[in-house]
Amino acid sequence: MATVEKDSVSGQNTTGHEWDGIKELNTPLPKWWVYVFWATVVWAVGYWFMYPAWPLLNGYTQGSLGYSSRGELSNELEAQKKARSAWLSKIEASDASAIEKDKDLLRYAMAGGKIAFNENCAPCHGSGGVGVAGAYPTLADDEWLWGGTLADIEQTIKYGVRNTNKDTRTSEMPKFGVDGTLKPEQIAAVSDYVVSLASKAPAKGSAGETVYAENCAVCHGEDGSGQAALGAPALNNQIWLFVKGSKDGIAAQVNNPKHGAMPAWAERLDASTIKMLAVYVHNLGGGK
Amino acid sequence: MFKHHAKLETNIFFLAVGILLTIVVGGLVEVIPLFSIESTIEKVQGVRPYTPLELAGRNIYIREGCYNCHSQMIRPFKDEVERYGHYSLAAESKYDHPFQWGSKRTGPDLARVGGKYTDDWQVRHLINPRDVVPGSVMPGYKHLARKLDYADIASHLKVNRIVGVPYTDAQIANAKKDLEEQVFADPASTPAVLVSYPKAAIGKASINLVGADPKAVTEMDALVAYLQVLGTMVDFKTVDEKAIRR
Repeated sequence: MATVEKDSVSGQNTTGHEWDGIKELNTPLPKWWVYVFWATVVWAVGYWFMYPAWPLLNGYTQGSLGYSSRGELSNELEAQKKARSAWLSKIEASDASAIEKDKDLLRYAMAGGKIAFNENCAPCHGSGGVGVAGAYPTLADDEWLWGGTLADIEQTIKYGVRNTNKDTRTSEMPKFGVDGTLKPEQIAAVSDYVVSLASKAPAKGSAGETVYAENCAVCHGEDGSGQAALGAPALNNQIWLFVKGSKDGIAAQVNNPKHGAMPAWAERLDASTIKMLAVYVHNLGGGK
Repeated sequence: MFKHHAKLETNIFFLAVGILLTIVVGGLVEVIPLFSIESTIEKVQGVRPYTPLELAGRNIYIREGCYNCHSQMIRPFKDEVERYGHYSLAAESKYDHPFQWGSKRTGPDLARVGGKYTDDWQVRHLINPRDVVPGSVMPGYKHLARKLDYADIASHLKVNRIVGVPYTDAQIANAKKDLEEQVFADPASTPAVLVSYPKAAIGKASINLVGADPKAVTEMDALVAYLQVLGTMVDFKTVDEKAIRR
């Protein structure tokens, strides 16, 4: 059995253990530490009764304060909604065109729209709506596939393009080549004609003009000005999404067309956010 | 009482009893909560097992280590809910073995990425993220254009059933057929895979992918099908917010 002895230097007792002549002091814990320790123990007992703490067979003890982290979140969201309601209630009550007319409301909608745009729209349409060449249309110019009025833009954001939403905007350009509607030489001719149309000098009287008038004009317009209701792009300018305006590119599109698609944002975002987005996009540069 | 611990510690019988008691208490604290784990899973409608194609995509997600940079866990914090959508529920990952909650976000959270982008965007982004997101540091995954090996897909469903995912015998028997159907069926029709797995995204994602065989199922198709279902199963309009509080 170990012998406890008093250390002459510190005046404390040793533990009584000894290893190769080395002894260990048994210095008591500082008083303040011991008090804090017992205080935390008492605190913990209080905590058990006030907050969710112990697991039970079919759940857990809820605590007298009724705290839950998810409940706290909904309170925070509620408080945030209240803080924003001075503006948001106006946004909710006005339609998008009324928002644009009210200078202060417009500023709020532009700020809110920008944040929502950067999170949700910029991955495809790029920061500031610059678009991705060959893939996603630019929103910062005045060329629109599905219409550039505020109402058109809001509709497109809400229901998207060629998706599974029942109100989606949709249209499909026929596969003129793959389906055999047009012969290769007809496709070549019409591609030539579209190139001339795009450079504002349509080749009058060419074979391509006839093919165009019979097959393309119904959607893209006699003069190639397009048709927003069908998402048929204008062909009488040099703005291209998929084909880069070359004869080969146009022929490939006539042969087996590519189609764009866009999610229906009404499924993810609330009506006010969509309104602010519409206002933001409308003011990126080319709203009609 | 504290003075007498030397007696406890030097008596072999009391020491053994003391050790046993400590282990029993420690063990119970670890084990008892597991008996009530069912109560942590919210009772919500819509969560279904993954389709064979989604499951194959999930395997690729894990193989490629996506979880190293992407979490799938929207925490119940204001900022996260504002950015990503409704916070994640335990119920939404109840068929995940193992779950993909992750613990690090170099990229954004993916718990509700389903439906946020088009298939076309997902494919472009996976091939070279900088084509669509200029500042991205994510690597490109153009090797996913190769064919998906799904000869053993039924076994993957079976293994999941062993650990508790309620795949039916019919679903296991049809695994291969369902997988192909989800890629090649006409979205306008109502293919059988949709009856078995509601809300599955029908169609071939990698249709314009250079270097991919348009007649074969690619790894890209599987991964995109998985990404497109993430977070879309529960319709939160039908969920009582108070009932899922924890």
